[in-house]
Amino acid sequence: MPAQPSNFKRFVEVGRVVLLKSGPQEGKIAVIVEIIDHNRAIIDGPTTGVPRQAFPYRHLSLTPFVLSSLPRGAGTGVVRKYLEKDGTVEKWQKSSWAQKREAIAKRRSINDFERFCVMLAKKARRDTVRKAVAKASA
Amino acid sequence: MARSKELVPGVGRLSRSSVFARRGLYKGLKKSDKPIEAETPATKEVSVGGEKNGSTRIVPTKKAPRFYPAEDVRQPKKSRKHPKPAKLRSSITPGTVLILLAGRFAGKRVVFLKQLASGLLLVTGPYKVNGVPLRRVNQAYVIATSTKVDLGDFKVDEKINDAYFAKDAKKGSRSAEEEFFEEGQPKKKAAFPESKAADQKAVDAAVVAAIKKTENLQKYIKSTFGLSKGQFPHQLVF
Repeated sequence: MPAQPSNFKRFVEVGRVVLLKSGPQEGKIAVIVEIIDHNRAIIDGPTTGVPRQAFPYRHLSLTPFVLSSLPRGAGTGVVRKYLEKDGTVEKWQKSSWAQKREAIAKRRSINDFERFCVMLAKKARRDTVRKAVAKASA
Repeated sequence: MARSKELVPGVGRLSRSSVFARRGLYKGLKKSDKPIEAETPATKEVSVGGEKNGSTRIVPTKKAPRFYPAEDVRQPKKSRKHPKPAKLRSSITPGTVLILLAGRFAGKRVVFLKQLASGLLLVTGPYKVNGVPLRRVNQAYVIATSTKVDLGDFKVDEKINDAYFAKDAKKGSRSAEEEFFEEGQPKKKAAFPESKAADQKAVDAAVVAAIKKTENLQKYIKSTFGLSKGQFPHQLVF
């Protein structure tokens, strides 16, 4: 251990929950089970539909969640037990990061008419806010 | 054929279009009529020398050619292919809201009614909602949205076909001035035919009634489509 503690908060470590940025499971989360080298790690996500596989770090994002006591090289069953005990998936879904991702995905998937309806709703909201502010400041 | 020497019988050295270019006929139409050729008789009498030849002989005016082509030249077959009307995109069904991309109504959202025999799409604004009349558009210049107006079993009158939209055949040469002025005054516009206005009304009544069933749909059809900053049509869902 270095004498001074690091300024970084998220590390590539066994038990780190990661977000996949590419591949068929893009957008899902998984756990680092074993570090292969400085390019790849073995990840596993038994409760999120990510099969155990080697994955390059450059296609992973580190989340703030860690399964701290996960033993190195744990099998899929053990990982599942830890994930369920920790409630990692629920924690992830509640995080603002995941919610923002969901909102962006939803906004991208709506059609032209729905976009128009969103525009109308935003207009109505602006109007109410403006009137309320005018009333309050008068 | 003189310019396009034959490579093999029936096939010239030059294509049809390059023969056309070389002949240069496009440079101007021939204005003068050809002088009428005097008919020449098929035979003529010539005097021949020699005692035993009877002094005159009837010979054809035009000599028969000395050579005949040894091979028969095949006539190229005339192509009987012709384009079929365009196939309707599967995303376009009666009642689909379309976004027009070209023409004077570009950006307008309109309702698709049916495909005409020519392959063009029959659309209406409806006129009462956004000012787009019954109109034919090419489906290439249209974005199909996933929004549908439920037209039920509404059928467009059969008389609204391609001929319905054809322009009257104009008489030939009239100068532009004649066209636009009459007794020194700009000509008054011809009134829109009442029968067509009635047709428009009849179609619109059904379409508008269907549109009103969905909240905001009338506002949506009245508004025009446009891209704002950071919006790219290939990334949007319609």
